[in-house]
Amino acid sequence: MIQNPTLKSTMKAWLYILPMMLIIFTFNLYPIVKSFAMSFYTDYNFYEDVVHAYGLGNFGMILQDSDFYLAIKNTFIFVLGVVPISIALSLGIALLLNQIKFLSGFFRTVYFLPFVTSTVAISLVWNWLYHRNYGLMNYFLGWFGIEPVHWITDPDYSMLALVIMAVWKGLGFNIILFLVGLNNIDETYYKAAKVDGASGFKQFRNITLPLLGPTVFLVSVLGVINSFKVFDEVYALFQAKPGPAKSTLTVVYYLYEKFYTEYQYGIAAAAGVVLFVIILAVTLIQFAYNRKFVHY
Amino acid sequence: MKQVLETPAGLPPSKRASWLLADAGMAEVMKKGLIYTALSIGAIMMLIPFYWMVVTSLKTPAEAVAMPPVWMPDVLQFGNYGTALEAAPFGQYFLNSVLVTAVSTIGELFTTILAAFAFAKMKFYGRSLLFTVLIATMMVPGELLIIPNFVTLSNFGLINTYAALIIPYLASVFSVFILHQNFVSVPDELYYAAKVDGCSDFRFLWSVMVPLSKSAIVAITILKVIGSWNSFMWPLIVTNDRMLRTLPVGLQAFTTEAGTKYELLMAASTLVVLPMIILYLFLQKYIIMGISRSGLKG
Repeated sequence: MIQNPTLKSTMKAWLYILPMMLIIFTFNLYPIVKSFAMSFYTDYNFYEDVVHAYGLGNFGMILQDSDFYLAIKNTFIFVLGVVPISIALSLGIALLLNQIKFLSGFFRTVYFLPFVTSTVAISLVWNWLYHRNYGLMNYFLGWFGIEPVHWITDPDYSMLALVIMAVWKGLGFNIILFLVGLNNIDETYYKAAKVDGASGFKQFRNITLPLLGPTVFLVSVLGVINSFKVFDEVYALFQAKPGPAKSTLTVVYYLYEKFYTEYQYGIAAAAGVVLFVIILAVTLIQFAYNRKFVHY
Repeated sequence: MKQVLETPAGLPPSKRASWLLADAGMAEVMKKGLIYTALSIGAIMMLIPFYWMVVTSLKTPAEAVAMPPVWMPDVLQFGNYGTALEAAPFGQYFLNSVLVTAVSTIGELFTTILAAFAFAKMKFYGRSLLFTVLIATMMVPGELLIIPNFVTLSNFGLINTYAALIIPYLASVFSVFILHQNFVSVPDELYYAAKVDGCSDFRFLWSVMVPLSKSAIVAITILKVIGSWNSFMWPLIVTNDRMLRTLPVGLQAFTTEAGTKYELLMAASTLVVLPMIILYLFLQKYIIMGISRSGLKG
């Protein structure tokens, strides 16, 4: 009873998707095109939405702006810090969780907890934990004889503070994905390995890791995409500043400043386009790497 | 491990120990012990910020900045919550957050259910092309859309209104995608049989498809509620009026207002975080399911 679409069925179906399409078109599809166009607006009257001149000037501006290079550098440091650490930790925890039954639900609940909480609220808590005189972080470091660190005010430590918090917040999400991946591995591989007398490490090296390849890939792609867009954490942890001496100025923070405090719409849009191109390029590299090295 | 703990309850301790060793082997017991120790240390590190938030919110100003830290205050200062609520209009912020979250969630469910049904079961021209275009938009970072969306809303004269907080979030490609997967798995025979019996598409959708996909709908609902409740950048940009602030924006503004009164800041943070934690503890099954599904989209 497979039918071909008719004019009538098409009109009816469009009626069903119309409410969704109105919103998605206005606030998702159109703005994608518009923001690319805006990045070429060099003389723009926002109040009347009139463009007086187009050109590549905005890209020229950001490529000469040392703040923009700093933002890109900081964002890359953040991504390279958060993604590998988070993957290693969450994979380790997922492997441990997978070997126990008693309390495993409880542990999963605990590790996932930060994910559901407001980034702003939890960043304020971390700001308090990082307090140079009264923070728990420095108190614990004191046990090991380490001098108090000025986490929030020292440019040498602010990025580390941001990375630690981001890893803590995102761990649960990755653990869930790894547990799903581990669940999908056929038990018979392990049974066969046991019969052959393979050690725990050999089983991990030769069964778990290769078969978990697609999950590791997925977690790293999602992690990279999300980490490139970091903003809320920076804004709340450093109290509406991009860190001491702009040490945690990220690309989205740069975009926010150009757009919201300096009303430089074209420049902000150009920064957004560059961010999109970077994310796309990195994701494509990951896909290419995946095709070459991960076998299903 | 569960069996090990349950089976020998009736035996005397000495026998129980030997039973454990005989059954699992010393190495196995040691290994489990190490696993539980590692996981417990990790769990404590995950929980310390939450504990510290709540316990600081119940301290006197002197206890909050005491060194060495006070792990449990002598008298729990529940009054801090009242003080924080009076220091800033958190009641208003809370109502705003509830309103924005509720309306955008209900609206999104409505648009999503209709659209997912059309994509899953109805035959129409342009279906696969449109669906592909929609999926592709998920690749574009939402932050890029903020500038044109701000311009659009200000052209409509909607900046600084509830509408600006709600309207852009009345639909989501992600939700349509997740629900579409579920609707597709409902057998077509059911749909055709209902049609033969004269059941309209609309009635079939609400009385058969929706109940059959309840858990997926609950999953997208909770993920939406959490996302909406915690959303920060957009509400920060489109509201200037203090009375329109949602909780995260109000809380961020409160940091400059409260200054260094950490016990009040932590009380306010607890109030923002608590509703989502309660929701999570009751409905975590669905959240985990939603995450697993979304993860599998790749």
